[in-house]
Amino acid sequence: MNKEIVFIIIALILGIVSLILALIAIHNKKLSVAILAAGVVSLFASVLYLLMAAPDVAMTEAAIGSGLSTLIFFYVLNKIKKSNA
Amino acid sequence: MLKNTLIALVIAVLAYMFYNVYNTYETRTSLSGVAEYYATNAAKEVGAANIVTSIVVTYRGFDTLGEVTILFLTASIISFFLKLKEEDENKSIKHGITSELLITASQVLVPIIFLFGIYVFINGHLTPGGGFQGGAIIATGVALMIMANPNIRINNHVIHWVESISGVAFVIVGLFGIVLAGGFLDNRISGLGEFGTLFSAGAIPIIYSFIGLKVGAEISNILNKYQKSQKEL
Amino acid sequence: MEQLDLGHISLAIGFLLILIGFWGLLTQKNIIKIIVAFTILDTGINILIVSLGYIVGKTAPIVDNSVEQLENHNVVNSIVDPVPQALVLTAIVIGFGVTALMLAYAMKLFNAKKTLEINKFNDLKW
Repeated sequence: MNKEIVFIIIALILGIVSLILALIAIHNKKLSVAILAAGVVSLFASVLYLLMAAPDVAMTEAAIGSGLSTLIFFYVLNKIKKSNA
Repeated sequence: MLKNTLIALVIAVLAYMFYNVYNTYETRTSLSGVAEYYATNAAKEVGAANIVTSIVVTYRGFDTLGEVTILFLTASIISFFLKLKEEDENKSIKHGITSELLITASQVLVPIIFLFGIYVFINGHLTPGGGFQGGAIIATGVALMIMANPNIRINNHVIHWVESISGVAFVIVGLFGIVLAGGFLDNRISGLGEFGTLFSAGAIPIIYSFIGLKVGAEISNILNKYQKSQKEL
Repeated sequence: MEQLDLGHISLAIGFLLILIGFWGLLTQKNIIKIIVAFTILDTGINILIVSLGYIVGKTAPIVDNSVEQLENHNVVNSIVDPVPQALVLTAIVIGFGVTALMLAYAMKLFNAKKTLEINKFNDLKW
């Protein structure tokens, strides 16, 4: 199969799923679900960068955007949960 | 009610603007003028195989210097905000039993992760990756260390010294460019070396290593501050 | 059908993520949710900038080791635009710094009022 067509199909799937996840992140009442959904949007964005021939950006996004940002969100969430309990 | 209408109006106007941009956008078939210059001359002038690296470190070196400064500033402000009281500083965190698997795995994996981060920023001029990615990978190793043992004491002095020394060294290597080559942050301070080998592209591997150490130290510092902030309640 | 290429798809994804993020930024009441919306907006803008530099069928901006490619100046015809990638590279790192800073503020605000509902922070209102 043609490489371009495969790329387009993967990009369409990634795009639709990440848009749904972004809506979940905005709408869901549970903060932990929202944070995880935003992290997955970031991870899918990094795959999209790889398809768009930007490996440098993909590495940065995977390490920083979806890894470390999510970790810091959970630190804050943990603190708030402990305080509320 | 008025507020919701206004929000809907703003979003609608923005969506209309985006729709027009999308409709008139044509997929590009050639590079823009600046990019064409970089693509033609980067390998000859700078000697780095990765054109993104030669833009980030050499052609737009000032941007990178400013960006590292911004990151330093955010790390300092976070340290200021999350500063603990004296009595909280010495408390230990009560946590559940960390899994044996995580502890053993962290002992094996952390040195390998550090090594991989160093590999990524030393090879920044040849392969995808560079200082920012390598620094982030090193910070991920620090995060794994903290996960395995939440009461670990990461030496603040080491982090601060690594950060300060690599920041100063970045500027000093840039100043060498004024003396030995065309201007500030010029990488041709020595011969460019053979294209495509590790010791090539002049000062780029040196500068990117310092950027990597600095970014890694700064992000580790931020993570450490957030971990310590869990102590106060 | 001629509009269905990778550049257009990513452009559309970027625009839609920006709209979703901006909408969340304006409508949400919880400070953590506002910061989550901000990160989605950030991701959308980055996808948008990278997709503006994409050229169909070209490879990543890394010059091959082969010397022929260098001497014939074929590099120009075989890579995507490297400038937006260099910009986005720095933008992601700064975005992380800004997110961490906002979360530190959020923690301080929570310590002050023991709540994260933005409507409760009305000290400057009269």
